[in-house]
This record gives sequence, C-alpha cells and structure tokens, in this order.
Amino acid sequence: MRKKRRPKLAVWKFSSCDGCQLSLLDCEDELLTLAGEIEIANFPEASRAVVRGPYDLSLVEGSITTEHDAARIREVRRLSKRLVTIGACATTGGIQALRNFGDVRQLIPLVYARPEYIRTLDRSTPIADHVTVDFELQGCPIDKRQLLEVITAFLHGRKPRISAASVCIECKRRGNVCVTVAHGTPCLGPLVHAGCGAICPSYNRGCYGCFGPMESPNPSSLSDHWLREGMNPDEVTRAFRGFTANAEPFRRESERHERKE
Amino acid sequence: MGSKQLERSDLGALFRELAAEGRTIVGPTVRDGAIVYDEIATDNDLPIGWIDEQSAGSYRLVRSGRDGCFDFVVGPHSWKRFLHPPQVRLWSARREGQRLAIEEAGHESPRYAFIGVRGCELEAIARQDRIFLEGEYVDATYRGNRQDSFLVAVNCGRAGGSCFCVSMGTGPRAGAGYDLALTEVIDEQRHYFLIEAGSESGRALIDRLPVREAGAVELAAASARIEATEASMGRSMETDGLRELLQARATSAQWDEIAKRCLTCANCTMVCPTCFCTTVEDVTDLTGDHAERWRSWDSCFTMDFSWIHGGSVRPSASARYRHWMTHKLSSWIDQFGTSGCVGCGRCITWCPVGIDITEEVRIMREAADREHAAEEGVQ
Ligand code: SF4
Ligand code: SF4
Ligand code: SF4
Repeated sequence: MRKKRRPKLAVWKFSSCDGCQLSLLDCEDELLTLAGEIEIANFPEASRAVVRGPYDLSLVEGSITTEHDAARIREVRRLSKRLVTIGACATTGGIQALRNFGDVRQLIPLVYARPEYIRTLDRSTPIADHVTVDFELQGCPIDKRQLLEVITAFLHGRKPRISAASVCIECKRRGNVCVTVAHGTPCLGPLVHAGCGAICPSYNRGCYGCFGPMESPNPSSLSDHWLREGMNPDEVTRAFRGFTANAEPFRRESERHERKE
Repeated sequence: MGSKQLERSDLGALFRELAAEGRTIVGPTVRDGAIVYDEIATDNDLPIGWIDEQSAGSYRLVRSGRDGCFDFVVGPHSWKRFLHPPQVRLWSARREGQRLAIEEAGHESPRYAFIGVRGCELEAIARQDRIFLEGEYVDATYRGNRQDSFLVAVNCGRAGGSCFCVSMGTGPRAGAGYDLALTEVIDEQRHYFLIEAGSESGRALIDRLPVREAGAVELAAASARIEATEASMGRSMETDGLRELLQARATSAQWDEIAKRCLTCANCTMVCPTCFCTTVEDVTDLTGDHAERWRSWDSCFTMDFSWIHGGSVRPSASARYRHWMTHKLSSWIDQFGTSGCVGCGRCITWCPVGIDITEEVRIMREAADREHAAEEGVQ
C-alpha cells in the first residue's frame, strides 16, 4: 500500500545538549525505513535542507531559557499539528534548571567572561509551561526505542506504548538485585518513570532520575526512609537536584530538605 | 522406600544425574550481593557458607562461619521467573498483501530441575499451577516450563527475619509436590543430607545416587533442625477470620496511613511468588507491516493496570495497596480456595521502604478489636 503523502517531521532545538535529537540519528537500522515513512522536513542536525512548514509532527528538544526562545516555541507550535517534547530539558527544564534554585544574576559572572553579553531568563522551564504539548517523552537522554515507538504510534494513529510506572518494574523484570535493599545504595527508581530499562541498577548504581517522575510519585516517603537510614538532609536535597530537578514533585521534595540560610 | 542419607561430598552426584537426564539445572547462587536463582552446573555454584540477614526493606549477605549449602532462606528471585517468565512474545504477524500471516512464538521449554525449592515456594508453585493449569484456560507457556520440571526441595534449617511460613501453613518442612526433599545436617563429625523421594521420578533418581539408609540418629537430627526453624520464625500473621476482617475494613483509615509510605513502585508484586498478573501489549514496526504481541509482568500498583475508558479505577495509592493486600489475603480465598500468600516474606524484605504486610494485618486487627470493644461498651 502506498501512502498518499508522507507526513512531515521537524526537529527543533532549544536549550539542550543535542543528545536527544541525536537519538534519532542513532536509530541506524531504522533510519532508512523512517525516511521512507516520514519526510524529514526540518532537522538541522541531519541536513541543511529545510522544507517549509506546517509540519505534521514536531519533536522539540530543550528548555526555554531566553525570551527569544519563549517567542520561538509559540511559532513552532503554530507550525505543528502534533508537538512532542523529547528529553529531560524539554519535559522538566533539564539540568540547566538548577539555576531555578538560586539567583541567576549571581551565577552569570561565575560562568561567562563578559556577563554583559548574556541575556537569559531567571528560570529554565519545560516546553509545556509555554505551549500545549501533545506528548512528553521523558529521559536524559531519551531511549531511542521509545522515540521510535512514539513516531510509529504517530504514523499509525495510536497511543504510544510508553509505561509511566516505576523504574523498579523494569529492574525486577530484568532480574536485578535491588541496590537499595541489598546494598543500602540510595536509588530513585521507585519514584522515576520507566523507559531506560533500569540501566544504572543493572550496573549496581542507584537510579539518578534521568527519566523524571513516574505516574504517582511519593518522594517524601522515600526521603524519610533515607533520613532514617542515616542520610543527611543535604544529601537528600542533592539526590533530587539532578537532570529533572525542576519536575514539580522533585523540586518540592528537594526544597523540603534544603537548609535555609 | 524409607529416607536415605547422602554425604555432603556426594551432593555433586545429584547434579551429574540431573544433567545426564538432559535437564537445565536452576538453583541458588551468589550474585551482586544476594542469593539469586540462576542456571548452575555443580554443587560448587551453591552459596556455600553464606546466609542472608533480612528485615523490612533490608537484605544483607553475611558469612555463616560454616560450610552449609542451604543455610540461607529465600532471596529476590522466585521460581516464577522460570515458569512464568517476565517477558514472553506470544505471537507475531506479518502483512502479506491483503492478508495477515500469523506466526506462533513456539517457545523452547527447557526440562528444568529446580534445586532448593523451599516449603513456601512449593506452595507458591501449587498456587500458580491452580491459576495457569487447572482453570478453564491453560497457559501454554507455563505448561511448557512446568510439565516436566523436577523439584528438589530443601527443608529450611534456618528461618529468615521476614519469614512467616508457619502462620501460613506452608513450611518450613516441604509439603506435597516435590520430587526429592533434602534436609541438610551439619554436626561435629559429619555433614550430610537426609534425602526423601516424593514422586516416582524422585525414587528413580535416588536409586542412582550413592546413598545409604538413614538411621534413627539421622532422622532425629533432621527433624530437630526443622523444628528449630519452626520455632524461630522472623514474623507471624494471625490468619483466623482474616478473609472477613479485610472485607469488613474496605473503608478503614489504615489504607490512607499505608498510602503515605507506599511508593506504588510494584516491587512487592514483582517479588511475590504467587502474583501472576501480566499486561499484554502489541507492537508494530514503522511500516506497520510487522506486529508482535508481548506479555510482561504487570502489577496492580500501576495506573495502567486498572485503566478503563476515562482513567484509572484506582488512582490513589491507598486504593492500590488495599486492592493488593485484600486480594492476597481475602478475595484469593473466594477465587481459588486458598490464601494468595505463602508467608515467604519477600514483599517485606524487598519493599524499598519496608512496608510489612504482617504488621499491617496486626494494626488492622487491633483497630477492629478496638472498634468492637467500643461498640460493646456502648450497648
Ligand atoms: S535498584 Fe532501584 S530501581 Fe531497582 S528495584 Fe531497587 S529501588 Fe527499584
Ligand atoms: S504476599 Fe509477600 S509474604 Fe506473601 S507470598 Fe507474596 S511476597 Fe511472600
Ligand atoms: S508496598 Fe512497598 S514494594 Fe509494594 S508498592 Fe508499596 S512501596 Fe512498593
């Protein structure tokens, strides 16, 4: 069956490291098939050739950290029938959202030689704070199989098969020994959205929370448990201040344990 | 045939005989700081000299100071990992012109020999047999893995901190269902196993092992060890009237108390040897010409589990924990005629925040008793 017209795909970048959009190029085995099913109309990481919008599907990477970006995302939304955010930056504000916990004006001179050239917003925020988002794919970086699943689901007009339950489920299906229970290693897995396949616990590390909050997170129970086990409040705060620190449940929890000067 | 005794130095013969039958031998072995179930080749792969210290939310391996082969209790894995695997492809389909060509998955089922199945685990297998083999529908994957399995039970010589098999009537002595049962005895002079057959194939296998008749001394030593285990259970659960108690307490404030601690992470259901729920998902490739249907372990602690049009039926943690515990200890009895809990204690040990089902039952009972007493006082 030949399709009448291939849907047009655009990939957009905001404040981010490019890692998530590169996951698309990483889909080496599927890339040719993908190009057959969808017209890659705007993807500067892959090609300078740009086909004009509107686009059927936009993948948006990165968070909003400047006024220019805040305006640009509205334009992207206007050009996109479906808008899917990809990665921790786009879905939570990313690692750069650590600025949200301090004063960005004090940070700028520490980083840049000519602070006067820097124009930035006080906070790094997820795309969904600015425009309507059709689907959020979490992860830092996203999992390429999940990205393919989201695109495949879009092509076939069905719901993406992305579980929002805990990392623990993937961890246990793999047959891992739980690092929290058996080694006393703090692990965010019970609070974190599945998708990575429990990579860190598979290598005897605690989960760092790259995939952001799961569907019904209960951070205070886990951190109270950590405190009983001997972690101090600073360590608890730091555990929640990772790649998804600005996700609401994690932000609230880290602030709950933060020492007020 | 009476009980036999097998010297510790001859335990390797059991592995050789099972291998000679073409069996895939699965048993306990040390990995990543825990005793897991995996394919093993010889008695040297057993966790010799290790024991596990368990409490709510904690598990540590420590040296026992002697060379026992089975001095530990149950770990994070259960035999369901092999009988009812975490992920199974049920079938796949390919578009061929105007029609669909369906391919069955056709799994190779190994001829398993499980070494070191505990009393609670034998019961857990029996409860899954009931579900997968004895109902209206027979599960082909489970049947393939189970039908020719050979179970070597071990009577527990030590109780773990989370164990409560005595309360559930499932251990520490292995009940029905094994092919062979071992009781390990280590005294000043000797290290040996009392070995008993529970089936024809078990008897046939014993005949090929270098065993001797067990005498009164060996029988007494083995019984004493099991009795000592029985007397040292880490936990207990009063089961009398539990089915009715939980049915009557659907609106108890206790569920909300538990929900403050419960992470809805699903670890308890993943480690439980009787939990059997799965989710069935279809995947397609980019072209839509190839599709597969996969079945994976699922849990009543996820939102998707009870998702119907418009949302999840159990959005709150209290509803999900209540569903799990009430099914385990109460409605399972209505459904299958037994409790869904065999008292293995895994859900207690492997809960990241140490929620303890025996403790929650105790609190539930006390609240019911208090309310009852208050009512009597009013009258
Ligand atoms: S290691 Fe982490 S992700 Fe795995 S089961 Fe334990 S808490 Fe969950
Ligand atoms: S409910 Fe807990 S104690 Fe009972 S069988 Fe399941 S894991 Fe074991
Ligand atoms: S009872 Fe424990 S293991 Fe089970 S879902 Fe709740 S926190 Fe997770």
